[in-house]
Amino acid sequence: MTSRLLLPAALRRYAGEQTEVEIHGGTLGEALDDLARRLPQLERRLRDEQGRLRPHVLMFVDGVSVRSGAPMDTPVGDSSEVFVAPAVSGGRC
Amino acid sequence: MGQAILLIGTRKGLMIARSTDDRRTWATEDFQFRNQEVYSVAIDTRHDTPRIFAGVGTGHWGPLLTYSDDLGTSWTEPPEPPIGFPEGSDASVERVWQIRPASDRQPDVVYAGVEPHALFRSDDRGESFALVEGLWNHPDRPSWQPGGGGACLHTVLPHPTDPDDVLVAMSAAGVYRTRDGGSTWSRANRGIQAAYLPEDQRFPEFGQCVHKVALHPDRPQRLFAQNHFGVYRSEDRGDSWAPIESGLPSNFGFALVAHPHQPDTLYLFPLKADMERFPPDAKCRVYRTENAGASWEPLSEGLPKDPYYAAVLRDAMVADSGDPAGVYFGTRLGEVYASRDGGDSWSLIAEHLPDVLSLRVAEIA
Repeated sequence: MTSRLLLPAALRRYAGEQTEVEIHGGTLGEALDDLARRLPQLERRLRDEQGRLRPHVLMFVDGVSVRSGAPMDTPVGDSSEVFVAPAVSGGRC
Repeated sequence: MGQAILLIGTRKGLMIARSTDDRRTWATEDFQFRNQEVYSVAIDTRHDTPRIFAGVGTGHWGPLLTYSDDLGTSWTEPPEPPIGFPEGSDASVERVWQIRPASDRQPDVVYAGVEPHALFRSDDRGESFALVEGLWNHPDRPSWQPGGGGACLHTVLPHPTDPDDVLVAMSAAGVYRTRDGGSTWSRANRGIQAAYLPEDQRFPEFGQCVHKVALHPDRPQRLFAQNHFGVYRSEDRGDSWAPIESGLPSNFGFALVAHPHQPDTLYLFPLKADMERFPPDAKCRVYRTENAGASWEPLSEGLPKDPYYAAVLRDAMVADSGDPAGVYFGTRLGEVYASRDGGDSWSLIAEHLPDVLSLRVAEIA
């Protein structure tokens, strides 16, 4: 399965300034494991060293938030869009 | 001192200042790591090519431990995560609070103190770190509490000549020491009061909220500590402590720094109290002792005369190795003051920055 990971501006520096990258896997966890092999600095901005989604990172698979439950088990299909955004909770002025 | 570099870690990035005229003037550069907090910085001058470090946090995207071998022109983040808890430990690094090169006897060893309370050690000049399991598995750890700033290991003091002897300080867990290279750790808090606990429990074996500890490399058995209410000295590398706060306007504060050449000289920036974190009497003053805490004098020449309300955080005061010594402090108002005469007089070298979290300075050949 090949899906698209859509990146916010703050993370594009880790992907050669691309706005999106391809990720491969049948679940979100598998796709991010694939990302870790190819762009490890980008992957570690999304997940901590235990493979958990960072607390202030929002992720949507085809428009549906994956924060609740077991996010890494979320199925991703061919042409799925995985949208990443910083949560407003993590900011500081 | 010819060329010097000063790293200024702030709430919103790293600023580098350089001096080429024996610290008379400083030129500041534009921010790096913009909008990211820089809680820890370090300068490792033990090799021919100095390496500078930054512990950066973004709030959203996790912590970053990075280094530069060209004095800040470019930065390296290794492909493999340089620091992280082992798989299955159920912990993750939330913030890098301290980066500390070990002594000259271990030129490739660098320590990092993190939140949650843990110590990491690198044996490859800071390119990869491993958890110091002996401290992480200490039986006291489940009882360690976070301080107001978090569950931080904020101070690492390797013994200057004994590589097996390392002391750490954590809020609010206290001071711990290893004498076997990190395999086992013992408490080092005897005599330190936890003034906020019930009266009959004010001298616990651990759990004190220590804010910062300093030592002098020529006299490593002597330690100084600024605690959450209390300023202390130890003459036996932490086996016991005695208060040295008589003559200070307050025994609360965060920053303290030892003089680079004089083991009896120490600098503090006192604050009134935990619930009133302003300088006492609204006066911007550094306090100096030149007799190991027997007496203190306020230093204010060149510092603001108007009522002053900014605090100085635990890693925002530092001394250089010059002669006479330079002393520097950064404030939560985004100012950096410097003295090139051991604190007798001060000048403003940067202002209008975000609040200053960390400072480090070094002479660069």
